[in-house]
Amino acid sequence: MYTTLAWRNIWRNKRRSLITILSITFAVLLACVMRSMQLGSYHRMIENSVRFYTGYIQIHKEGYWKDKVIDNSFSYDPEKLSEVNQLKGVQTFVPRLESFALSSFKSQTKGALVMGIDPEREDDLTRVKNKLVEGEYLKSEDEGILLSQGLATYLKAGVGDTLVLLGQGYHGANAAGLFPVKGIVKFAMPVQNNQLVYMSLKKAQWFYAADQLITSVALVIDDPDDAPRITSEITKIFSKESYEVMDWKELVPDLVQSIELDNISGRIMLWILYLVIGFGMFGTYLMMTAERQYEFGVMISVGMKRLQLQTIVLLEITLMTSIGVLTGIMLSLPVLTYFYFNPIYFGAEAAKAIEKFGIEAVYAFSLDPVIFTNQAYAIFIMAIVLAGYPIWSIHKMKPVESMRP
Amino acid sequence: MSTIIKATNVSKVYHKTTIPVHAVNNLTLSIEEGEFTAIVGPSGCGKTTLLNILGGLDQPTEGKVEVGGIDISNMKDSELIDFRLRNIGFVFQAYNLIPVLTALENVEFIMLLQKRSKKERYDRAMELLEQMDISDKANSKPSQLSGGQQQRVAVARALASKPRFILADEPTANLDSTSTSNLLDLMAKMNKEQKATFVFSTHDQRVMDKARRIVTLEDGTIVSDVKR
Repeated sequence: MYTTLAWRNIWRNKRRSLITILSITFAVLLACVMRSMQLGSYHRMIENSVRFYTGYIQIHKEGYWKDKVIDNSFSYDPEKLSEVNQLKGVQTFVPRLESFALSSFKSQTKGALVMGIDPEREDDLTRVKNKLVEGEYLKSEDEGILLSQGLATYLKAGVGDTLVLLGQGYHGANAAGLFPVKGIVKFAMPVQNNQLVYMSLKKAQWFYAADQLITSVALVIDDPDDAPRITSEITKIFSKESYEVMDWKELVPDLVQSIELDNISGRIMLWILYLVIGFGMFGTYLMMTAERQYEFGVMISVGMKRLQLQTIVLLEITLMTSIGVLTGIMLSLPVLTYFYFNPIYFGAEAAKAIEKFGIEAVYAFSLDPVIFTNQAYAIFIMAIVLAGYPIWSIHKMKPVESMRP
Repeated sequence: MSTIIKATNVSKVYHKTTIPVHAVNNLTLSIEEGEFTAIVGPSGCGKTTLLNILGGLDQPTEGKVEVGGIDISNMKDSELIDFRLRNIGFVFQAYNLIPVLTALENVEFIMLLQKRSKKERYDRAMELLEQMDISDKANSKPSQLSGGQQQRVAVARALASKPRFILADEPTANLDSTSTSNLLDLMAKMNKEQKATFVFSTHDQRVMDKARRIVTLEDGTIVSDVKR
């Protein structure tokens, strides 16, 4: 009977109930889209920076992160690294030798980030093979290099051309060499796309006179949330005194901070939206209570307990909220699924402006279940809090007064 | 016949701190089982207040009200609600029924609160609707019923819980003469056949004519009490 009464009460004023349900639906839909776009973009930024560049964990020689010079490199010890590789949750390790050099082709010159890599292992982390837009991928002892597309465009160099690289090697040695361009790779993040040069680890060690040395080891792990545990286990293998083991949040602090800042502004927008909808919902509950005072009075007079009446009113509110929330989620699902598989890319002009900030010019979407559950929780908590008014009103109601004409 | 309601020196004062209004003033009244009593008097004489106090809807400022020997004057709100459910039937002036329930469901409602079985609820509700000559409207919502029909359903609902007595506050106030006559005949029939005790307030002469006892109030005090 409670459910029957609650359900029929909802539809006794169809227009008002529909407006309330639609406002909840609209709020959930809008909140889901906003949140999906935010989380999707954060995920994409993290993927581009972390998954496809730094890795979720890196091992360096102590002090390297503060002073990224080749002199802060360390010996490549495959035995220790295979120990790391056997830790739970670690997929593989990716050794690198990174330093800067001046790249030059004909009359064009530009600073470049040279990265010596194990081509197979690197591909396990950064999927760099998939980013190849021209030419061929590197082999383990290749003589050639891969050039990022932005840098290639600037230098006006292509596959088959030979680049001059000039820099400073280990312990002040001269680093100079000619390197044939074997392929061109395109990165989403402009900061990578405009300066990266890949060469095999062997070739880089030769170029920088850093035999058997590496500057970092990046790790591919199963679950980014496991990074703190794995980091702490690695410190048992690579001592804290001689090495620094950093997780992705330490590796890209600027990105983490900008995401956190943007996330806060996104949450504020959501709360403003909830506040507006909350006022609408409260208006309905207020009217619902005011216009049924006489009826509530009759029900209590004839012997209905206040708790029973409060239960019916709470059921009405819960049913209306549930319909609104479920409809909102059901409407947002196909929209978000579409945009998840078809992210929105900015037009050329807008893209240029956005890429200047080092961000990929795309609105990516997420289908993380937390997007939907959080909106449902927020609306339900709000509905329950606002239901306090009719509940309190019934608690305080005097039947004789409420039935007075 | 035993005494069902006994009000002793009952007073109800509104606005005690500003200008006191004595709605009921030191009133003593007893109602016996099976009575068909009308409480009459001009508007504002305290009829509704007295019924509210007798029905446990309002607490007296002074005095004592006993129903079946139980003092209800100082009962807690939750105890009173339960007491009303098991002992008293109510018929109000208008808008008695729950608008989203059918006539049948409205009559069943009280028995549902009393946790009676589904079959018992249905049988009793249908029996009462038949006795009130409105079983053909069992599945109609209150908005589909006339004022008189709604009041008949309200009386059926009041009887459904098998209460000790029924309080009706101007039950015919919004009815035309035919509906008034029909409702009174049915109430009188229930009083006679089911020995249901009715106490109702009115200032309608047609209603007074049907009553077997008339208690006249003026300024919250009984000025005459006539049994016929």
